[in-house]
Amino acid sequence: MSETKEKLVVIGNGMAPGRMLEHLFDAAPGRYDVTIFNAEPRVNYDRIMLSPVLSGEKAYEDIIIHDEAWYDTHGVTLHKAQRVTAIDRSAKTVTSDRGVTESYDKLVIATGSNPFIIPVPGHDFEGVLSYRDLDDVEAMLSATQAKARAVVIGGGLLGLEAGAGLKAQGADVTVVHLMPTLMERQLDAAAGYLLRRELESRDIKIITEANTKRILGDGKVEGVELEDGTIIACEMVVMAVGIRPNAAVAKQADLDVGRGIVVDELLRTSDPDIYSLGECAEVGGMCYGLVAPLYEMARVVAGHLAGAPVGTFKHSETPTKLKVTGINLYSVGDFAEGDEREEIVLRDAQGGIYKRLIIEDDTVIGAVLYGEVADGGWFSQLIKDKTDISEMRETLIFGQAYQGAEPLDPMAAVAALPDEAEICGCNGICKGDITTKITKLGLSTLDDVRAHTKASASCGTCTGLVESLMALTLGDAYNPAAVQPMCGCTDLGHGDVRRLIKAKGLKTIPEVMQELEWKTSCGCAKCRPALNYYLVAEWPDEYADDYQSRFINERAHANIQKDGTYSVVPRMWGGQTSSKELRAIADVVDKFDIPTVKVTGGQRIDMLGIKKEDLPAVWADLGKAGFVSGHAYAKGLRTVKTCVGTDWCRFGTQDSTGLGVRIEKFMWGSWTPAKVKMAVSGCPRNCAEATCKDVGVVCVDSGYEIHFAGAAGLDIKGTEVLGTVANEDEALEHIVALTQMYREQGYYLERIYKWAKRIGYDEVRRQILEDADKRRAYFDRFVFSQKFAQVDPWKERVEAEPQADMFAEYRPLADLTIREAAE
Amino acid sequence: MNAPFPAMSWVAIGQLSDIPVRGARCVVTPMGKIGIFRTAANEVYAIEDHCPHKGGPLTQGIVHGGAVTCPLHNWVIDLKTGEAQGADEGRVKTLPLRLDGEVIELGLDPSVLAETPPA
Repeated sequence: MSETKEKLVVIGNGMAPGRMLEHLFDAAPGRYDVTIFNAEPRVNYDRIMLSPVLSGEKAYEDIIIHDEAWYDTHGVTLHKAQRVTAIDRSAKTVTSDRGVTESYDKLVIATGSNPFIIPVPGHDFEGVLSYRDLDDVEAMLSATQAKARAVVIGGGLLGLEAGAGLKAQGADVTVVHLMPTLMERQLDAAAGYLLRRELESRDIKIITEANTKRILGDGKVEGVELEDGTIIACEMVVMAVGIRPNAAVAKQADLDVGRGIVVDELLRTSDPDIYSLGECAEVGGMCYGLVAPLYEMARVVAGHLAGAPVGTFKHSETPTKLKVTGINLYSVGDFAEGDEREEIVLRDAQGGIYKRLIIEDDTVIGAVLYGEVADGGWFSQLIKDKTDISEMRETLIFGQAYQGAEPLDPMAAVAALPDEAEICGCNGICKGDITTKITKLGLSTLDDVRAHTKASASCGTCTGLVESLMALTLGDAYNPAAVQPMCGCTDLGHGDVRRLIKAKGLKTIPEVMQELEWKTSCGCAKCRPALNYYLVAEWPDEYADDYQSRFINERAHANIQKDGTYSVVPRMWGGQTSSKELRAIADVVDKFDIPTVKVTGGQRIDMLGIKKEDLPAVWADLGKAGFVSGHAYAKGLRTVKTCVGTDWCRFGTQDSTGLGVRIEKFMWGSWTPAKVKMAVSGCPRNCAEATCKDVGVVCVDSGYEIHFAGAAGLDIKGTEVLGTVANEDEALEHIVALTQMYREQGYYLERIYKWAKRIGYDEVRRQILEDADKRRAYFDRFVFSQKFAQVDPWKERVEAEPQADMFAEYRPLADLTIREAAE
Repeated sequence: MNAPFPAMSWVAIGQLSDIPVRGARCVVTPMGKIGIFRTAANEVYAIEDHCPHKGGPLTQGIVHGGAVTCPLHNWVIDLKTGEAQGADEGRVKTLPLRLDGEVIELGLDPSVLAETPPA
């Protein structure tokens, strides 16, 4: 090792330079002192995954490629939010817009590209966005919170992903496209039509052959006017018409620049000490925008920098996939028609399948697949290898499994794939990447493989391939049953079902069962209540609760007992009651001859042994005294237990009763994966036993210590501390946000302590305690859901009774022991 | 009641629409409570409203496919045969039932009805 290391400066922190550094650190660890300038204020993340972030299937944290620790480990200096404005080639230095100057021995320019903004009038209004980085996605997400209408200009890959993502977030979306069919650069007209039909069925409006004339508004977007005079009202315009290589800094430094920064096939610019790669580079007259060739560039540059050259960069056809969950589309190569070209087409209108192969001189030169894309990798390989297909021509279109006498064993097919065969199209992950990581990191579950390689972590269509690879690599050590299915009706686990309900926008139980291929006609007593909860939680405003899929207690709003009678528990806020309430309870007990009255563990009163027919009348009487349902039967908020706090107690530090009542009044009525019990203690003596609750508060002099994930039932477990906050408002916000996070992520019947253990206590702290924006967003979603959930079911039934005969189900259908009355 | 199977007496007990799809209602008879179940496929069945395990009210359970899950301990009872499914063993009585248009008629032994004391 030399005592003074060479200095490598990288301008840009995207995926291509990130990959280059990985290769470099593998091949020549410690050779360079590396400094990176990143115009964005963050680490290297996976830009390909912006679409799932926009649609809500992923969070930013999920798409980070290199976390802070990675930069530390490799001694990389990362200047965030600094744009390089000047390169001084004679002094060999670069200078940023904040005045930081670094000298280099070798320089890599990876400035990527800029979105092309059509210079129509109004293009600079507030509300005009592009779709390139996380800032754009965050801007779109905050606009969709306000239920904005969006016009996406551009019906190519990026525009359609943006449109589908915005739609998934609830926006009203119109895509306008200049050409007659969608994605015309990747798809032929037939596949473009199928795609259009599918998107329109998802309620995305599409206007083709539409030329944008101007953006309407007064400094702020109000609509879009097309050349033909059509006006589309909207609050947001997303320009996704294309990208331009960003070569500004290279041009200013007098390097050769054409469309992009001109480099040779070793990715060297006209200055031998300066390389360029990524979307800003122009090689052999071409600029690239898809990840596979960019990664290939990274490999070439890294080899060169490491002093171990690995060949030159050569053009190859890159397959394209649309990353919209539920749409399977694959295209590769050249598919224009021509005199010497022939085509093979397969159509299945019913199944929504379209496949077209373009053949020239007995080799495949292009493929367009829609609906069924499993053979995409194989066709792509045929194109790359220029395989002579004359022998298998007749069965070629049916795919790899139909070649040869016997259908190919899928396992053997995966084994036969070369290491560079692409497995995960969404993330550009090849077979070799996956098998190497499985072996090197000892990955044994699908979740691990997804976490470490990102393969199948996006749309999931390649999950089967990844599983086959794991089986091949791990042999007997691989246990595919690691995911516990929800029940016998499906092979999917709770996590997958929740994810797919959201991703596919499934809004009824029959829709879930149809789309996720349930094996039974209408589920079972295990999956139906779970699905009903997931749908209530996901679509609080749209989903119509399916009572027949709720357990009897939640249907009857009382607790069934061993003899078929019910028990009724009215709410006593924070465990407080009054003489008036107690008198009302006493009267109800006498009137209905209720055999047992008992004080519960949650500081309220239970009346047991009530006949089902009597329930409505019991509620009516309790309601007159001001009682609402205590939801003692619900997978929802049960009780908030309190001590008397500063009102009475000589040790009390805060108004624990008041806070408990406030929490209960705010949160009652909400449905949760399993029951939720809370408590507030006024001092660390903890008389309300807050430290064994799902969520607890222990008041201290300086504020409120928030606890979570306790248990005192089947399991006994003390709580974890979330953190201490200063006042009641903050305490409420934290508790509500934590509960909402659990509502969104918990599996049905999984208590908070199990959920928190599964996802990690630190993760809960990170999202709820440390990330104020996230906490606020959870809080807001809870509040929104409460608009529909906070309804007293007892009152609702008592009041609706005269018209709706809501009590019919509480009475027998007929009584044949009193015959005369019948006929 | 121990007479050889006599002619059935059909008694109208209500309308099909009185029972929610994937739901149940009970009918009180001299021989105990009978559950009337309506499946997603609109088939209607009558079985005793009394789980063979611990007597749970089957009409209060979740109806799925051609079966109901008892609300007390999750036994699954086949509505057509009355038999407990899976590893559990037991059976409830099934009763004949027919639809006259929208009207549900339950088939009962006439002697049972005859013995009914006037209310």
